[in-house]
Amino acid sequence: MTEFFAAHGSDLIYKTGEHLYISLAAILLGIIVAVPLGIALSRVPKFADRFISLVGVLQTIPSLAILAFFIPFLGVGKLPAIIALFFYSLLPILRNTYVGVRDVDKGIVEAGKGMGMNTWQSIIKMEFPLALPVIMAGIRLSTVYLIGWATLAAFIGGGGLGDFIFDGLNLYRPDLILAGTIPATILAVIADRLLAVLETKMTPKGLRESYKTAA
Amino acid sequence: MLEFKNVTKRYSSQGRPAVNSLNLKIEKGEFVCFIGPSGCGKTTTMKMVNRLIDISEGQILINGKDIMKQNPVELRRSIGYVIQQIGLMPHMTIKENIVLVGTLLKWSKEEKDARAKELIKLVDLPEDYLDKYPHELSGGQQQRIGVLRALAANPPLILMDEPFGALDPITRDSLQDEFKKLQRELGKTIVFVTHDMDEALKLADRIVIMRDGEIVQADTPEEILRNPANEFVEEFLGKERLIQGRPDVVTVGQITGGSPVTIEPQATLKTALATMKDKKVDALLVIDSNRKLQGYIDIEMVNLNYKKATTVEKVMETDLFAVTEDSLLRDTVHKILRRGAKFVPVVDEENRLTGIVTRAALANLLYDTIWGDGMELEDEKPKLRAL
Repeated sequence: MTEFFAAHGSDLIYKTGEHLYISLAAILLGIIVAVPLGIALSRVPKFADRFISLVGVLQTIPSLAILAFFIPFLGVGKLPAIIALFFYSLLPILRNTYVGVRDVDKGIVEAGKGMGMNTWQSIIKMEFPLALPVIMAGIRLSTVYLIGWATLAAFIGGGGLGDFIFDGLNLYRPDLILAGTIPATILAVIADRLLAVLETKMTPKGLRESYKTAA
Repeated sequence: MLEFKNVTKRYSSQGRPAVNSLNLKIEKGEFVCFIGPSGCGKTTTMKMVNRLIDISEGQILINGKDIMKQNPVELRRSIGYVIQQIGLMPHMTIKENIVLVGTLLKWSKEEKDARAKELIKLVDLPEDYLDKYPHELSGGQQQRIGVLRALAANPPLILMDEPFGALDPITRDSLQDEFKKLQRELGKTIVFVTHDMDEALKLADRIVIMRDGEIVQADTPEEILRNPANEFVEEFLGKERLIQGRPDVVTVGQITGGSPVTIEPQATLKTALATMKDKKVDALLVIDSNRKLQGYIDIEMVNLNYKKATTVEKVMETDLFAVTEDSLLRDTVHKILRRGAKFVPVVDEENRLTGIVTRAALANLLYDTIWGDGMELEDEKPKLRAL
């Protein structure tokens, strides 16, 4: 054990950082794109359902295939890895944002409109804050998945903890495989906990009674 | 104030219009109830006023101005709106909910605070409720806040879409009373949609009965009960209400018995007992020197406390239900029966005693109604005699 850390300790820390960087960059991109898109989709419900099932189909493409698919366009390295993972982060966030906004109590939305809120105020003051717990749940789910999938980035030279796993597989070294797997799992668990806390924090006070964060 | 000119709403080019060439003028301060079976176009008509639904043909004028020429968002901010689902924002405090329109109109924080405090007094809720969230309030309290929210920017016109429909009967009843009083005090023009005839009869200055997108009859509750325009209106009112038609329009003042037996709070129980014996009654109304009603005392209370207490004040029951002279007898009867009261004192605005309605007075009225001029009620007689 100590031997292992002496040999790979600094490498492990570096790879963990890299891993975190790839997953967080992808999830951030996902949030930036999927949340506004989900809100926009809630304005056109007829189109939204079809659009979301299309994104769902994209999600079913095996992740290795997606990574390989990007090589001709973006080459190898971190960028194509981040972009490929970003596609995977889209669906849960998009669907939760859309469903969250769509399911905001119609009475409340109508009251807001009747009071004289314009579309923008309706989104900012009512629909977004009321949908926030559901949106956050989508982000949390996405983040946990992505930290796991980010190990595949190593496959196209993106680095991260996947490097350990691939090296371990090639060299028949179980200790290296574990050195990649255990930190990735720990990262995912920590991210999940942190986001659960954030989810509760971001749930509007008046809603906390009725909406309990799933632990 | 509010005028509909040939207003028509079509949802599709073919087919029957939801509202067909509707004409109506509503005066300032008038309380108008729209009523009719579901799908009659009453809600559509109301929602066209604040442009939640667009007009297909015709015009709606508010104070002479065509609403289609105004910005819909600004128009809505100038009209109060209360809906059945209450629709309070669950993520905002009661205060934020009440002054929501103020926020949209960019009032300062001080203005909003002052307005919220002023408004919550109107419905007798304590000020610390302002910092609570909607889920901490009961349904009745929530809808009171819903009404306050509509009043916040002091709009002259308020639209109400079955606002009390989701409440239990007792809460609904007291909210109706409260709201009618508030409306009289503030002089608002109200357009109120309901499917509950009792509610319409109780609240409205004028009832607009609709069917298939057209007005069948628009008149005062009294006139509608006396002269229903056609069979549809009769059916909609129901036989029961038509028979009750007379007491519907009789006010308490018309049958009030002159001088109830009273006693001062400082009097001794002995005096009370003597008064009861003297006047042959078993209960006395307690009034102070200004004739303000304080409570009542009956023979049983005297009996129970004869040895312990000395003055009427210490024994009397202060939780007393009173009506004013202009309350409708119909509602009063309802309350007497529901509370099982033997009598109801009648008071003026300052809570000064002016008379009393007893069960005997009601029996007299019933007698007049049925035997006075009701030949068509021949077959009802034996049943009532048996009672």
